[in-house]
Amino acid sequence: MNSSVIIFPGSNCDRDMDVALKKFGFKNKMVWHDDDKLPKSDLIVLPGGFSYGDYLRCGSIAGKSKIIQSVIDFANSGGLVLGICNGFQILTETGLLKGVLQQNKNIEFICKNIFIKINNSENKFFSNIEKNVLELHIAHNEGNYFCSEDELKSLQDNNQIAAYYCASDGKIDEKSNPNGAIKNIAGIFNEKKNILGMMPHPERMIDQYLSGEDGSVFFENLIRNLK
Amino acid sequence: MEVNEKIAVEHGLKPDEYQKICDLLKRVPNLTELGIFSAMWNEHCSYKSSRLHLKKLNTKGKKVIQGPGENAGVIDIGDDDAIVFKIESHNHPSFIEPYQGAATGVGGIMRDVFTMGARPIANLNSIHFGSTQHKKTKNLLRGVVKGIGGYGNCIGVPTIAGQTCFDQSYNGNILVNAMTLGLVNKNKIFYSKAAGINKPVIYVGSKTGRDGIHGASMASAIFDDKIEEKKPTVQVGDPFTEKLLLEACLELMSDKSIIAIQDMGAAGLTSSSIEMASKGNLGIELSLDKVPCREEKMTPYEIMLSESQERMLIVLENGKEDSAKKIFDKWNLDFAVIGKTTNSKNIELYFEKEKVANIPIKFLANEAPMYDRPWKKTKVPQKIKFSNSDFKKLKFNDVIKKMISNPNICSKQWIWEQYDHTVMGDTIQKPGGDAGVVRVHGSKKAVASSVDSSASYCYAHPFTGGKQVVCEAWRNLVSVGAEPIAITNCLNFGNPEKKENMGEFVECIDGINEASKYLNFPVVSGNVSFYNETKDKGIKPTPTIGGVGLLKDYENIMSMNFKSKDNLVLAIGKTEGSLDQSVFAKVILDEKKGPPPEINLFNEKNNGEAILKVIKEKLALSVHDVSLGGIMIAALKMCVNGNKGIKFYKFKGLINIYQYFFSEDQGRYIIEVDKKNLKKVESILKKNSVHFDLLGETTDKEIIINDELTFTVDKVAEFYKGWLYKYMS
Repeated sequence: MNSSVIIFPGSNCDRDMDVALKKFGFKNKMVWHDDDKLPKSDLIVLPGGFSYGDYLRCGSIAGKSKIIQSVIDFANSGGLVLGICNGFQILTETGLLKGVLQQNKNIEFICKNIFIKINNSENKFFSNIEKNVLELHIAHNEGNYFCSEDELKSLQDNNQIAAYYCASDGKIDEKSNPNGAIKNIAGIFNEKKNILGMMPHPERMIDQYLSGEDGSVFFENLIRNLK
Repeated sequence: MEVNEKIAVEHGLKPDEYQKICDLLKRVPNLTELGIFSAMWNEHCSYKSSRLHLKKLNTKGKKVIQGPGENAGVIDIGDDDAIVFKIESHNHPSFIEPYQGAATGVGGIMRDVFTMGARPIANLNSIHFGSTQHKKTKNLLRGVVKGIGGYGNCIGVPTIAGQTCFDQSYNGNILVNAMTLGLVNKNKIFYSKAAGINKPVIYVGSKTGRDGIHGASMASAIFDDKIEEKKPTVQVGDPFTEKLLLEACLELMSDKSIIAIQDMGAAGLTSSSIEMASKGNLGIELSLDKVPCREEKMTPYEIMLSESQERMLIVLENGKEDSAKKIFDKWNLDFAVIGKTTNSKNIELYFEKEKVANIPIKFLANEAPMYDRPWKKTKVPQKIKFSNSDFKKLKFNDVIKKMISNPNICSKQWIWEQYDHTVMGDTIQKPGGDAGVVRVHGSKKAVASSVDSSASYCYAHPFTGGKQVVCEAWRNLVSVGAEPIAITNCLNFGNPEKKENMGEFVECIDGINEASKYLNFPVVSGNVSFYNETKDKGIKPTPTIGGVGLLKDYENIMSMNFKSKDNLVLAIGKTEGSLDQSVFAKVILDEKKGPPPEINLFNEKNNGEAILKVIKEKLALSVHDVSLGGIMIAALKMCVNGNKGIKFYKFKGLINIYQYFFSEDQGRYIIEVDKKNLKKVESILKKNSVHFDLLGETTDKEIIINDELTFTVDKVAEFYKGWLYKYMS
């Protein structure tokens, strides 16, 4: 399986993602933001970080970068796109995903383990996943997902909500919402479910010496689904 | 403007220093030259009050590749890998403008590390604030934490450990010390020594603005009521540009174009150009018209003294300009050839075709003043005689609650959750442990690091305090299973012109030196911050020690959380029961006098080495060193982190239960051991003549003292973790 990770100036989880993808069997290539073509890929990843310093708005300038048109074309032709953290913010800025990511409710950067409950596993990202609740890690200042009532309704009607923040037992409540996201939303899909944007970082949870191993569950499942 | 003594004094120079400048030059300097002298001769750049004493420090060791004198120290960790590290203060700017002050402190220290060719792999910080009752403390804390996070998080370097203290001596002068560790191949280290004549001098990074002009002089001045007016001299950081600069510099360093490189830190273009030339025994010629400027009509004076951030000065090999420029173009950074090295041994500056300064470099570097300031020795204070009645009125449960939720003991989770501590995917001990640990990417090795200070001990008796801080750093590294290698120090003191403050400095250094020699734990880098006083009130002497150690195999990492119930808990090292200068004495008995706990370096080393053996033999389940709050607080932290309880065995001894549990005697650890391994552990400890007490055993949730349940671990966790959140909300 071939994957590509886009590097924007200011990306800082690009290497971590590269390490994770390779660990679980992807042949990964790094792609510079100023390139105009993507290598042949089964998966495109927009990594976390502070693309273009997050000036103007998080992900805003990256959403207009040279490479992004190829990413949009790839996504529109059904290619699998994953945006983590800043990558999720960029996907909303391109319009590939609905809604916006606002500043965390407590106006502070948050770095900690959280739990998410997978809401829709009928897609390439989550089908056959052996766990329904994953312990992952967040590290962001703007992860407070928001969208209009109409957009929320259409996300719900089309089963586009990928995952909710929850307690360790899977219970979705206000207490387990780290950043004030509407309805505890941690990640969403596009209508066709080939684009996933989520705030948590699976790439930081890929061996027993790190904060946990549920990132491995995510990547192992993903490559199995793609084979 | 004609330069005279009055203007020189306004630049922070003393009248006799001004006279020396005129004598050396055999003329009156012009304003630009005066500005350059004032920047190079101030305390921050010249170390004029400290140089004499810093020379005494133990800086050599088998694993030291580079000691003090470069941008940062370098140690060998085997297999051609080396760790570059340093700690630096940004105290004055952070008090005036906490966010930017702290942010640029982090930015500055990271530049010091990647200037040497190393990729930063971990950040740490030590921050000291005034009393929690003081009206400014909350805002300063919030601002500093946001600033540290804002910069480090954006660059993508994990903040893996730190230390936070509150004490009223910092009410008017907070401390922000930032430390960075970087990883480099030991054959590819870059230094700041220029070599060769007619080599191009290159300016890269951000443009030069008017921010931070005379920042270094401000850092060497005493605060008064009007300090807020100095806000414009605080630099503004841009971590995004620094991230680009980091990547561009490391890319350029992958070939052989660079002869010397130096970041523009304090005193900006002035100190960087002079330092490179001075080390190479060369001259340097700069055309200031070519410096990329952010603002219009900047004068040579302003260009030379600006402390705009995220800038570097490089001496390149001839003919490498174009290939180097391509790299900086790719990263969208300014690149300008602004001068060349010469054989004049002078710094010569040109602006609009005129020569605007011409100073022999040795006047600025070697001839800078050095003072042997008078200093006063501190006597060991009398021991406090506590009487039985002092203890009789106490209720044990109340004492526990008050101690574990004390601002200097409680969990700092509110702080470190705002720092990205997991980016780079190699953090295997996050903040909240005894030391932070990151793996050396792609290898079996890991590097441990901690940062410590003990201002109360240093204030009570500087010599003992100085020793203690070094031992504390050593112990923290041992507790995670790392072999301690070397330290960096950030020496925060009051006014060196006062003999009491100077005495504190001299004796703390002597203490640091003694411990550093005994433990074979050399000082490889550091910085001095004097004049930490406001309106005549100095801070407590606060040497901050950053320690670095190595785990050859990261699978042997040790942590402090109790692992399961029904294991034995041992207290390693002898408990004498001395309460003087302990948190208990201050907080519970309201007694602030007395000597700090004694340091016995033999026991310190012996106990630590025995602990490392026990860890290596895989006989310890958890390890934690005993520090503030004594055995009780250490054990409770192990409970909270592991979500387990502890049943303390009935205590029998000559000292009372408070003295046993809350004394801060040094050189001690608590370890958790599987019952079946007790014999083996005992045999290692006995063989090494290490004293130990059987303290108790782990339980499911209950914390039991004298056969009575005091609290559940959940309740203690609430006290321990809750205080800071409540305070900041």
